Amino acid sequence: MRWRTVPLNYILRNLWMRRVTTALTATGMALVVYVFATVLMMGQGIEATLVATGQPDNVMVLRKGAGAEINSVVTREQAAILESLPGLATDGLGRARVTREPVVLNSLPKRSNGQPSNVTVRGTSAQGLALRPQVRLVAGRMFRPGTSEIVTGGAVARGFAGGGLGETLRFAGREWRVVGVFDAGRSGFDSEIWGDAEQMMQAFRRQGYSSVVAQLASPDGFEALRDRIAADPRLTVEVKPERQFYAEQSQALATFIRILGLSLSVIFSIGAVVGAMITMFATVAARVGEIGTLRALGFRRSAVLLAFLGESMALSLVGGLVGLAAASLMQTVDISTVNFQTFAELAFRFELTLSIAVQALLFALAMGVLGGFIPAWRAARLPIVDSLRQA
Amino acid sequence: MFLLRLLLKNAFRHRLRTGLTLVGLVVALCAFGLLRTIVDAWYAGVNASSSARLVTRSAISLTFPLPLHYAERIRAVEGVEGISWANWFGGVYITESNFFAQFAVDAPSYFALYPEFVLDDTERTAFLRDRQGCVVGRKLAARYGWQVGDVVSLRGTIYPGTWSFTIRGIYQGREAGTDEQQMFIHWQRVAEAVRQRAGAGGLADHVGVYVVSVRDPDEAPMVSQRIDALFRNSLAETLTETEKAFQLSFVSMSETILLAIQAVSFIIILIIMAVMANTMTMTARERLAEYATLKALGFRPGFVVKLLLGESLLIAAIGGALGVAVTFPVARAFAASVGTLFPVFAVSPLTVALQVLAALVVGAVAAAWPAWKMSRIDIVQGLRHVA
Repeated sequence: MRWRTVPLNYILRNLWMRRVTTALTATGMALVVYVFATVLMMGQGIEATLVATGQPDNVMVLRKGAGAEINSVVTREQAAILESLPGLATDGLGRARVTREPVVLNSLPKRSNGQPSNVTVRGTSAQGLALRPQVRLVAGRMFRPGTSEIVTGGAVARGFAGGGLGETLRFAGREWRVVGVFDAGRSGFDSEIWGDAEQMMQAFRRQGYSSVVAQLASPDGFEALRDRIAADPRLTVEVKPERQFYAEQSQALATFIRILGLSLSVIFSIGAVVGAMITMFATVAARVGEIGTLRALGFRRSAVLLAFLGESMALSLVGGLVGLAAASLMQTVDISTVNFQTFAELAFRFELTLSIAVQALLFALAMGVLGGFIPAWRAARLPIVDSLRQA
Repeated sequence: MFLLRLLLKNAFRHRLRTGLTLVGLVVALCAFGLLRTIVDAWYAGVNASSSARLVTRSAISLTFPLPLHYAERIRAVEGVEGISWANWFGGVYITESNFFAQFAVDAPSYFALYPEFVLDDTERTAFLRDRQGCVVGRKLAARYGWQVGDVVSLRGTIYPGTWSFTIRGIYQGREAGTDEQQMFIHWQRVAEAVRQRAGAGGLADHVGVYVVSVRDPDEAPMVSQRIDALFRNSLAETLTETEKAFQLSFVSMSETILLAIQAVSFIIILIIMAVMANTMTMTARERLAEYATLKALGFRPGFVVKLLLGESLLIAAIGGALGVAVTFPVARAFAASVGTLFPVFAVSPLTVALQVLAALVVGAVAAAWPAWKMSRIDIVQGLRHVA
């Protein structure tokens, strides 16, 4: 009789027999998978943070070609024209749901090391708060219009000196008191400081706003609004859905981190694949007699090939699972870096998704196949008589 | 000598395994060296900065301009030798991926402050005469195949519109660390365009940063305090720091990424350590009987330790040497492929020293456990293993 496959149990027992070797080889693979998964989680975290910043029915208006809020200038006249355009949502009092905001960068010292980094300071209004329902106060109260009061996002309150509740920040020739701390549901606003728009304009001596954010009356009214803006020669601005705007802001940083990380993972995996290959070659060499016996019992070449390939894949799967488990611990870590597209600090988290977990395990299995194939091939090609003689 | 020959024979008894281990070592050490060089390249701007220059910017942040009339007041500060100014232009050449730095500078004074940008006299005069002209670095020109006389078009992000510049000169760096990938244009041209757009009330007569040279570098801290004191409580307060601190503040913004790269560069060493330890463990296991024989012949346990440790170190040393040798061409190829991202990219002696150290540590650690175990084997048990 001819058996198709070698039992799985036999494969797994072999791994257990050489515990030290299995552990060392799997450790190498686990480290590679850890780097691979962590990098993908970082890219995912940045994107998730910035996408969560935009609301689906909000639009963002910037000066043409500005790309980022800090480069943009929207004059008071332009803002007034925008506000009167049809197709925008209105609140209970019939006012358009529009907020005109000055946005500036302020360099503040970090709590951890005193190094200055750029924090986004946004002047906003009651309408501005209404347009961002994800923002909730968690401590203190909202700033009062017309005063030098500010509220800070959670990441700023924790990360920057003077950003906590009751502390004061000095910038633009004034003392600003932090009267509240808000939680923006892990969006980019967590890394911002908010105050009254008109006060900010005066303090920073700005003639124009940086951006205008408006809510559409219906989500499918975007094309009509865009065409209307394009048709008005006074409006040298461009309009984008807010989601799209923030997604574009995350692109460069997330892509940079992914490319860097993936090329590293591939280079590192060479080391781990070599490790698997060494282990599997040794396994095959030590079990020549056994292989001869299996073949003599009637197992086909393909069964032997699959058995050794399976052993290598089981080994890599162990490594992959350990690496993934280590990477999933990274979800508790908050990190913050400067987004080079906006030149401002952005706090985010490592985010593990199902698709990242699957990709990481597939990557591990690919390493196992690459490392195990040649040794398994060699095992399958051994002549029965010669190998039995060696036993 | 006998020992070394025995070690060499032992090391290459299993050619395939040793070869694979060497490949792993070379890849790991090369990756380690490359990552460290990337981190070094990030700091290149800091190292190239002069201690005799200060940078004055708005106290709020770099994105806020300072009024032009500050120039005369700063010039009058005691200890100041010369002053110039520059604006970040932030133009896009064809697409965003072609990033390089463009500065709108006050040309006559700027090049006087930066002697490391070497430009011959005819080109300098040509640039000074042509308001539409620009000067580009040697590497930048080489990257895009620009010649003197070519016209470069940029799409402005901070200054709207499409801007065309005629290349009037190509500068060279005086030192190896000088950034040769910058582009300089006339500040006056940018200021005029802003004035036409926004009228007199705009930010036409504003500059991004002032560059100040001090007479005596030791006096730099005092001079920067004097400058900042001059504008305290004014409409635009200033922050003056040495050029080095200014450059460092950019680097520290991406500190998280740098830390991650550094952490990852040690992970690759750990990976190869696991691979190498595996190799040595398997080697030791296969030679159990041999070591028992050696001990039966009267060799002390220390000799077995020496054999294993020596073999491991020998493999690590060969791998280390190859890894270091490979790093240089790989770094060159990498620098060529990323283009303008890193103006300066060179493998430092410290990196090479760390690579060698890492190789030796890997060799020593990998042999530690098997060597300890083999030195303690029971002779009778070990000899029985032969059968």
